[in-house]
Amino acid sequence: MDLDPVIQTFLIEAKEQLEEMEEKLLSLEQDPGDIEAVNAVFRAAHTIKGSGGMFGFEHLVAFTHEVESVLMRMRKEELAIDQLLISVLLSCSDHIRVLVDCTGADGEKISEQTAQVSQALVDKLSPYSAKGGQAHEQSGQISQQGGSGTPDKSEPGSEQGQPGTVSDNWHISLRFNASVLKNGMDPLSFIRFLATVGDIKSVHTLADKLAAAGEAFDPEDCYLGFEVQLYSRAERKDIEEVFEFVRDDCTLTIIAPHSKTEEYIALINSLADDDAKLGQILLQVGALTPKELESVLQTQMAVPEEEEPVKVGELLPAQGVDKQVVDSALNKQKQSRERQAKAKASESTSMRIDAEKLDSLINLVGELVIAQANSALLAKQSHISNLIDAMASTSNLIESIRDNCLKLRMVPIGQTFSRFQRVVRDISLELDKDIRLTTSGEDTELDKSMVEKLVDPLMHLVRNSMDHGIENSAQRVAAGKPEYGQLALRAYHDSGNIVIEVSDDGQGITKEKVIKKAIENGLIKSSKGMADYDIYRLIFEPGFSTAETISNISGRGVGMDVVKQNIEQLKGSIEIDSRPGLGLTMRIRVPLTLAIIDGFLMEISGSQYVLPLNSVIECLELSESSDIKEITNNLINLRGEVLPIIRLRELFACRDRAPQRQNIIVVRYGNRKGGVVIDRSLGEYQTVIKPLSNIFKGLEWLAGSTILGSGEVAMILDVAGLFKNADLQASGKNTGLY
Amino acid sequence: MSEHESHQGEEAVVSCDQFLTFTLGDDEYGLDILSIKEIIEYVDLTKIPLMPDFIRGVLNLRGLVVPIIDLLARFGHEPAQITRRSCFVIVELETEEGPLEVGMLVDGVNDVVEISGDNIEPPPSFGNQIRADFIFGMGKIAGHFIVLLQIGKVLSIDELSMLSEINESVDQACKASLSEQVQQQDSENE
Repeated sequence: MDLDPVIQTFLIEAKEQLEEMEEKLLSLEQDPGDIEAVNAVFRAAHTIKGSGGMFGFEHLVAFTHEVESVLMRMRKEELAIDQLLISVLLSCSDHIRVLVDCTGADGEKISEQTAQVSQALVDKLSPYSAKGGQAHEQSGQISQQGGSGTPDKSEPGSEQGQPGTVSDNWHISLRFNASVLKNGMDPLSFIRFLATVGDIKSVHTLADKLAAAGEAFDPEDCYLGFEVQLYSRAERKDIEEVFEFVRDDCTLTIIAPHSKTEEYIALINSLADDDAKLGQILLQVGALTPKELESVLQTQMAVPEEEEPVKVGELLPAQGVDKQVVDSALNKQKQSRERQAKAKASESTSMRIDAEKLDSLINLVGELVIAQANSALLAKQSHISNLIDAMASTSNLIESIRDNCLKLRMVPIGQTFSRFQRVVRDISLELDKDIRLTTSGEDTELDKSMVEKLVDPLMHLVRNSMDHGIENSAQRVAAGKPEYGQLALRAYHDSGNIVIEVSDDGQGITKEKVIKKAIENGLIKSSKGMADYDIYRLIFEPGFSTAETISNISGRGVGMDVVKQNIEQLKGSIEIDSRPGLGLTMRIRVPLTLAIIDGFLMEISGSQYVLPLNSVIECLELSESSDIKEITNNLINLRGEVLPIIRLRELFACRDRAPQRQNIIVVRYGNRKGGVVIDRSLGEYQTVIKPLSNIFKGLEWLAGSTILGSGEVAMILDVAGLFKNADLQASGKNTGLY
Repeated sequence: MSEHESHQGEEAVVSCDQFLTFTLGDDEYGLDILSIKEIIEYVDLTKIPLMPDFIRGVLNLRGLVVPIIDLLARFGHEPAQITRRSCFVIVELETEEGPLEVGMLVDGVNDVVEISGDNIEPPPSFGNQIRADFIFGMGKIAGHFIVLLQIGKVLSIDELSMLSEINESVDQACKASLSEQVQQQDSENE
C-alpha cells in the first residue's frame, strides 16, 4: 500500500488550510467581531487535525487539538479577541506549519527542540483554554498521547426503569467493507483518531468473518468489525467526522449515550451478524445492562418476521416522542445534506492537476501551433482558395486553444499579496511603526511559476519600504503626514506585461543621498552628466545601501541587487519613481508568460529573427522621408525626436553587404525607446518559445529560439538585452577604451 | 543490452564495450554508444551570431532546438568542411538540470565496434592530438589505436558557455574596427 501520494495531497492541503488560517486571523485582528472568520480558522485547524489523525501524526494532532480548543471558545464567544491572542494563534499556525513539514511518508519526525516549542506554545495557550475546558478534552494531552485505555468507570448496574439506557458512553458500531485496505485506508488509524475526540472505554473486535473466510482469505481484504465504547462530550457530528474519509467504505452506526433501547434494536436488525451474539457483545462492552438487553431482544422478537426491519425514525413516533421533534430533526438532516451537495458542487468547479501534465499539454499546443503555421504556408503555396479558407479557420481555433491553454497556468496574484499582510504586520510590530497595507489588482493573473519567483523580490522591496522608506510616527507628524504609514501593493496589465508596484508614503529617496553614497562606496566618481533615471538605478548596484543604521530587516546592501537579478531572470525590469518627502514607488515589470508570445518576424543577412511584438511600436523604411531625417550611424531624427538606433548587422558582425533598402523597427522597453535596423520585415508571427541550451545563457540579447513553419529555427531577440548591450558599447567608446 | 546496463551501474565511467567510430579530419575517434541518441544526415543549420567557431548553430530536432558543436573546431582545428559524408551525432548529456541533447558535427561515421576492457589503455600523459581530459582511453582494434572520447568533458556545458561568452565580448571589442574596415572597403569599392 503506497501512501505517498495521499500524504503529498495532505501536505498540499494542509498548507492551503494554514494560509487560509493566517489570512483569517489577520482579518480578525482588524475586525474582532467577524464570527465568520473565527469559524474559518476553526475549520482550518479542525481539518488539519482530522487529516493529520488519519495518518497517525500524533504530535501534530495533539498540538492542533490544543489550538482548536481555544478556537472553540472563541467561536462560542467566551474569549475576547485581542492582539495578544491573535499573536499567540499566529505563532501557533506557524508552528503547525513546522509540524506539517516534519511529517512525511515515513511518519513524523519531531525533534526535541520542536517538541519544546510545542510545549511552550501550549503553555501560552493554556490561559485561554484552561478556564472553561469547553473542548472535548483536558489540556496537557500531548504528554499522554495514545494512552486511551483508562479503565471503565461507568458501572452498568443501576437500573432506573427509564426508556433510555444508563450507559454514559457513545456506542459506535463499525463494519468495514472488504475493500477498505485496498482503498488506502487503515481501519486502525480511525480508531486511534477516535481517541482524540474522547476516551475510548473499550473496543471489541469482531473477527468472525475472518474465520469464515478460511481458504478464501485474501490478505488485502479487511474482515474486521469493531464495537467501540467511547466516553466523550463531543457532538454526534464530531464523531461522524472522524470517519469522514472512510464513509463509503464502512457501515457506521453511532448511538448516543442514554439512547432509547430501540436504537440498539435497529442496530442489531441492520447488521447481518448473529443477533444473540451482538447482544452479548453489547452487554460485554457495557452498552446495555442485562435487563435492557432482554427488553431489546423481546421487542425485536415482537416485530412480525415478514415486516421490514424497523427503522429508528418509524419506531420513535410510535413510542410517543413528539412528532415535531422528529420532523425538525429530519428537516435538519435534509438541510445538511443539501449543504453537502452544494459544497460538492463548488468542489467540482476546481480541480488539482499535476503541473507536469499541464506543461506537456502546453508543449503539445506549441507543436500544434508550429505544425499549423507549416500547413498554412503550404496551403498558401497551393493557391487553392477553399483550402486557404479552411486553414484560416483552423488557425483561429488553434489560437484560442493556445490562449485557453496558457490561461490554465495563470493564477491571480491576490494570494501572494495576502501573504504580505502578515509580513507587514510582523515587521511593523518589530519596528514599532504603525503601517497599513492596502492591495489592489488582486485579480491580475500571471503564470504560476512567475508568481513563485516574484515573492522574494517583493519581500525585499516591502521590507525596504517599511524599514527605510516610512518614517516613525513622530517624524511623520512633523512632516504633516498621517501618523500611520501607508504601503500599497498594486498589480495591473500594461501592453502585454504585468506591472507590480510597491509604493509607500515615506520619505522617498533623495538624489543627493544616492550620489553621496555611491561616491562613498566607489560606485561612481561623480554624478556629472548622469540622468535622474541612471542615478536612481545605482541603488540596484551590488554593495549599495543608503540606510545609516543596519537593522536585522534590511540594510546590508545585498538586497537590491538580488532583487534586480531575480527580476531580470524573469525577463522583467524594475524602475524607481521617487518623490522625495512624499514617497517611493518601485515598479516591477514582467512578461505575462514564458511559453508563447506574439512575435515580429524579420530577416538579417539571410537569417530570421523574432522580436517580441509587445515591444514593437512601429516599422519604417530607413531612408530620408517626412518622418525620418538626419540619419547618422547611431542616431536618427524621428519626427523631431532623437532616437538611438542599433544596427543589428554590425552587432552580429555580418560580412555580406547590406541590401539597398533597410528597415527600422522602433521598439521600447519600459520607458526607453530605440530603433533596430534590419534588412527586411516579415510581419507578425505566433512564436512558441523554445528554451535554448545553457551554452547560450551568457548572451543577453538572446531571449530564446522558436521553430518557424518551414522547420527552420529562428532566434528571439531580447529588447532589454539589446539596449543593455548598446549601453555597454557606448560607455566603452566614451571612456576611450576602444 | 541488459548486461551492459548492469555494467554501467557498477562503473560510471566505463559504461559499455561497444563504440561508434567516426572520422574527424584525418583521425578516427570512438564514442561509447550508450551516450548516443541518434545519427542524422547533415542539413543546413541556423547560425547564431557572435558565437565561437565550434558552435555551428542550432538544429530543429522534431521540435527540440539542439545546439551543434563542430568537433574539429572544438579540438582547435579549422572548422570542418561539409562533405557528402558529414553528419550529426546527437548525444544526450546528463546535467544538473536533467538530460540535455547536444549534436556533434563529424566528417563521417564508420562502424560500431566492440572493444573489451582489456583492450582499452589509459590515455598517454603527452603526445596526444587533443586535450588529455577529453580522452577516456585508447582503444585497440585490429592492431591500431583509436581515441575514445570522454564526451561529458568534450561537451561540458559550463566550459562551452564560458567560451561563448568570452568570444562574444572579444567579438564586440573587435567589431568596431571590423565594421570600420568593411565600411572602408565599401567606399573603396564604390
